[in-house]
Amino acid sequence: MIDWGWLAGHLDAIAYRTWQHVYLAALGVAIGFAISFVLALAAARYRILYPPISALAGILFTIPSLALFAALISITGFSVVTAEVPLVLYTLVILVRNIVAGLDAVPVDVVEAADGMGHSRRQRLWRVELPLALPLIVAGLRLATVSTIGLVTITGTISDAYGGLGYFILDGYHRGNFLTEMYAGAVPSILLALGADLLFVRAQRRVTPWAQARATEAAA
Amino acid sequence: MPDQAARGAAIVEYQHVSKSYASARAARGAPGAVNDLSLTVPAGKICVLVGPSGCGKTTSLKMVNRLIEPTSGRILIDGADIAGRDATELRREIGYVIQQVGLFPHQTIGANVAVVPRLLGWPAARQRERAEELLALVGLDPALYRDRYPAQLSGGERQRVGVARALAADPPLMLMDEPFGAVDPIVRERLQNEFLRLQAELAKTILFVTHDIDEAIKMGDLVAVMQVGGHLEQFAPPAEILAAPASEFVADFVGADRGLKRLSLTRVSELALQPVVTARVGEPAGDARTRTLADPFPYLLLLDASDRPIGWVSQGHIPATGSLAASLATPMSPLLDRRTTLKDALSMMLDADVQTGIVVDRTGRLRGVLTVEAIAAALRPGADPEVIASAASAAVPADPGASAGGTSAGGTSAAPLSGADA
Amino acid sequence: MNLVTETAAWLTNPAQWAGQSGIPNRLLEHVLIASISLGIALLLALPAGLAIGHTGRGAAVAAGVANLGRSLPSLAVIAIAIPVTVLVDPVLGGTVLPTLVAMVVLAIPPILVNAYTGIAEVDRDLVEAGRGMGMREREILAGIELPVALPVVLGGVRSAAVQIVATATLGAIFGSGGLGRFLVDGIAQNDDGQVFGGVVLVAGLAITTEVAVGLLERLARSPGLRGPGVRPAPELAPPAPLRGA
Repeated sequence: MIDWGWLAGHLDAIAYRTWQHVYLAALGVAIGFAISFVLALAAARYRILYPPISALAGILFTIPSLALFAALISITGFSVVTAEVPLVLYTLVILVRNIVAGLDAVPVDVVEAADGMGHSRRQRLWRVELPLALPLIVAGLRLATVSTIGLVTITGTISDAYGGLGYFILDGYHRGNFLTEMYAGAVPSILLALGADLLFVRAQRRVTPWAQARATEAAA
Repeated sequence: MPDQAARGAAIVEYQHVSKSYASARAARGAPGAVNDLSLTVPAGKICVLVGPSGCGKTTSLKMVNRLIEPTSGRILIDGADIAGRDATELRREIGYVIQQVGLFPHQTIGANVAVVPRLLGWPAARQRERAEELLALVGLDPALYRDRYPAQLSGGERQRVGVARALAADPPLMLMDEPFGAVDPIVRERLQNEFLRLQAELAKTILFVTHDIDEAIKMGDLVAVMQVGGHLEQFAPPAEILAAPASEFVADFVGADRGLKRLSLTRVSELALQPVVTARVGEPAGDARTRTLADPFPYLLLLDASDRPIGWVSQGHIPATGSLAASLATPMSPLLDRRTTLKDALSMMLDADVQTGIVVDRTGRLRGVLTVEAIAAALRPGADPEVIASAASAAVPADPGASAGGTSAGGTSAAPLSGADA
Repeated sequence: MNLVTETAAWLTNPAQWAGQSGIPNRLLEHVLIASISLGIALLLALPAGLAIGHTGRGAAVAAGVANLGRSLPSLAVIAIAIPVTVLVDPVLGGTVLPTLVAMVVLAIPPILVNAYTGIAEVDRDLVEAGRGMGMREREILAGIELPVALPVVLGGVRSAAVQIVATATLGAIFGSGGLGRFLVDGIAQNDDGQVFGGVVLVAGLAITTEVAVGLLERLARSPGLRGPGVRPAPELAPPAPLRGA
């Protein structure tokens, strides 16, 4: 079934595509996070902005990614922009919602106490609200990263230059269901996604020492 | 011109302060609104704002640290209009305690207490020092609590941390909004007592909001009773609110049992005690018998060698000869000390089913006797301690276990009796 | 502007509306396999989710499974399914079947998670009242828990449905039919009109699905649970992985 010879001969190609996969995903999430952070802060501050942003995000979220990639090809050609824009957009969609939800989840009395003690708006945001919103933000990052890793495989439909590990899936298919190659793409990409998920689960735990304290207290 | 308060306590003054909300501007009775509030809180005193929900007490409180801005009127702290100051800076000089405490869940207790010092830029070492000092002050062992998180503490402990946090920067003024409301009654009472003890030491100016009239009476040096719609009904010391309510609303709000409530404001030390015939164990019985028969009150109070009361002996049971034995006496009355409130004293006497309580000092030595009549006399409006003393001695101290008798002159006795002295 | 007119031209071209690769046929293919896989996913995940929610057992396992399913790249799942489905049917196994398998696999997590959290979040007092009145476990599930949890459960179905539409679109890469073919063929033929026409159709179908099931969700909320004081059922499952991811 599996052509080990082929695998042995293509190790560096696999390595390259793995690196490309990580690179494309990381870039998409990073840019998406930066933009969504700004948008979320704006939406949290000026509440009227939120419904339109949320609605737009909802619509975008529903549209199948292949459609978005395909649409962009006509506009931005076969460049990395075509690959990255949907990745960024989909990350945005998840993170804006999560960041706003995180900020909303901060208990009202904590906010009032912070104000009452004399925090300026900015101090309150950075010292109180964001740290408490962190769990939901990290959860959002986790979802966004895992999703983006999946999406990178589809960037292969744009051109052979992209796709990360998805390149092998598509190429193998076009060679007439060449299973070894398809699996060489599919399996590592799944492992990559699961690995990232695990990393974020750890990060989520690290980020909330106070939740851990409560857990040990409850156990004691 | 109000002078600067001594020892870092501020004077707060409301001048015709009103707050109305746009939708309710027409309706004066709108809940949460405040209507032409004027009062002055002297330095170092606890002023309690009390009233039913919607009377504007919390709104009034929050206007002092400008979490809510008045629609009209001014608020002055130490003579300076707060509207002229930067709100954020102002708040760092005012301690603020709310019902849910609002501890930052993501920070340790130590960090929570040090929030305002941190905002003020204190050096880290001093922040830590101050946090530990304050935790000890509110009764929490710093070594145990400093590195814990709020989620690990009980409700009562969190309230204490909230108070410590408000005191951190040593503000001259503290605002407290139902601070003890979220804990059970037993914990609440303990917290109230400890806070009063703290205030006796620190003498800060405190603005305290509650909906509980009992708490207001207990905690306040001055009480401001407010009505729905933000109208101030009466602003006076608790005793006056109880004795002379300014309106029917205040009388109703205080409750029909305000007479009893007043009892909790007065302590045994404020009343003149009554004389009673006493004798020590081992003294000649005959002499004691003679003295007791001569006194309208038919009981002898038997004391031990150190003048500590053992019990009552009815005059019929005193032997004509021999010396007094401890076995003759029956302990019936509760022992009261100077600090016991009249309410507790009355309660104890009712429990024991007697009309007389024995007042002793800290070592247990007899000081005098207190009757139910004396307590009732203290309740009369305009009751004057001197008047109480003479009225009480004019009445016959009834049988410890019987109902009231007639009148007679006060008898002689061996035990030293005193009025309200140290 | 050129793009718009090209797309409009393509969409209005009567040739597109006839034949095997015409819009109606592709739409039918798409809806058909979507419906079949949704049906299978519901059959597998719904009873399991309801049972887990009601009994409380197996929640950890279910959460793990859901998490796993959520993370899988869709394309990879289709690819992995191929050698298996080819054994079943050599023709379909290389085109429609792997996509179908992937659609089912990826739709299970949201249905499962929403089903069990929805049931688990029903006020335990209600359940206890039911038991106290002598209702059997099955009656409690059907008569109390399910009606109350229905909006949440349907939220999971909605998520799954949209996910399925997206995965079906991807299936076009592997020769499966459906509206995705316009995207794939359009790219291959460098036909912008076709590509954008496909985008419009695919997006349209996806949004319609979301709205339709969303409407069902709203209708499913009992009148007693609506009203100003009641919060709408939260979107409990983390949103399904991005369409086509």
